[in-house]
Amino acid sequence: MSAESYQLNPHQWVNAHADYLYAFAIRRINNEELSKDLVQETFLAALEKAAKFEGKSSERTWLTAILKNKIIDVYRKKSSGLSKEVKQAEHEQQDFFEADGHWRAEYRPLEFGIEHIDPLINKEFNTILQMCMEKLPALWMAVFSMKHIDGEETTVICTELKVSASNFWVIIHRAKLNLRACLQKNWG
Amino acid sequence: MVMGYLKKIQYNCKHATFLIEKKMVGRLSFREIIELRIHLMGCSVCVLFSKQSRVINEMVQQLFKSSMPGEIRLDDSFKKELQERIEAELNKN
Repeated sequence: MSAESYQLNPHQWVNAHADYLYAFAIRRINNEELSKDLVQETFLAALEKAAKFEGKSSERTWLTAILKNKIIDVYRKKSSGLSKEVKQAEHEQQDFFEADGHWRAEYRPLEFGIEHIDPLINKEFNTILQMCMEKLPALWMAVFSMKHIDGEETTVICTELKVSASNFWVIIHRAKLNLRACLQKNWG
Repeated sequence: MVMGYLKKIQYNCKHATFLIEKKMVGRLSFREIIELRIHLMGCSVCVLFSKQSRVINEMVQQLFKSSMPGEIRLDDSFKKELQERIEAELNKN
């Protein structure tokens, strides 16, 4: 049984994949100009690597993998101010719970309507969700999206973004606490 | 001693929500599974958190995967230039 082999067709790349790659980038880094640059860089890098394409994955999957690496580079470059950003966020974090670990009254989760929402049709909710995600510190968003959306291995994320395993779990936890609180505040 | 330990688990929503998040993307140890179960038995707020957290994950995934055509698009002139650039690179060789 020979696996089907995929081909590259650079003459159709822009038509077939540019919008997809652009949307992929913009959802992760939320910057139009930078996303355009990354799409261009992805195609140019792909041309250079074309000889190494083995046809094991589809053209789109292959291009997306190249783009993903470029996005991770962006996350890394943003990391100059990260330690400060994380410290501040950590400080703010204390507010969710009392010293003994109990929810503080003002942050206690309440039912606010997402329990029964139809995610497919609610555009207004998506706008708020997007806004709340954009408020997360860049590193948190990077960790969060790599894990929850791209399903990357934890060890890969830790290596790529240079975070320790224990920090990884702290970020996963805090990103969700913040996201949930933001949704409750703006949607509820 | 045992009661103190139990109390701590029952009171600690911070730890419980940490475990809820960890469980969603990874594996809990046996001890953590028990701790989370004990906590959730007595804490309806964290049960609600857990439910909401799962919904949020689904929604984030929907948001990223939804390829609503026309919503995020490159402009045509940029695309034209980009393809021309690719053709130029191809012709170099």
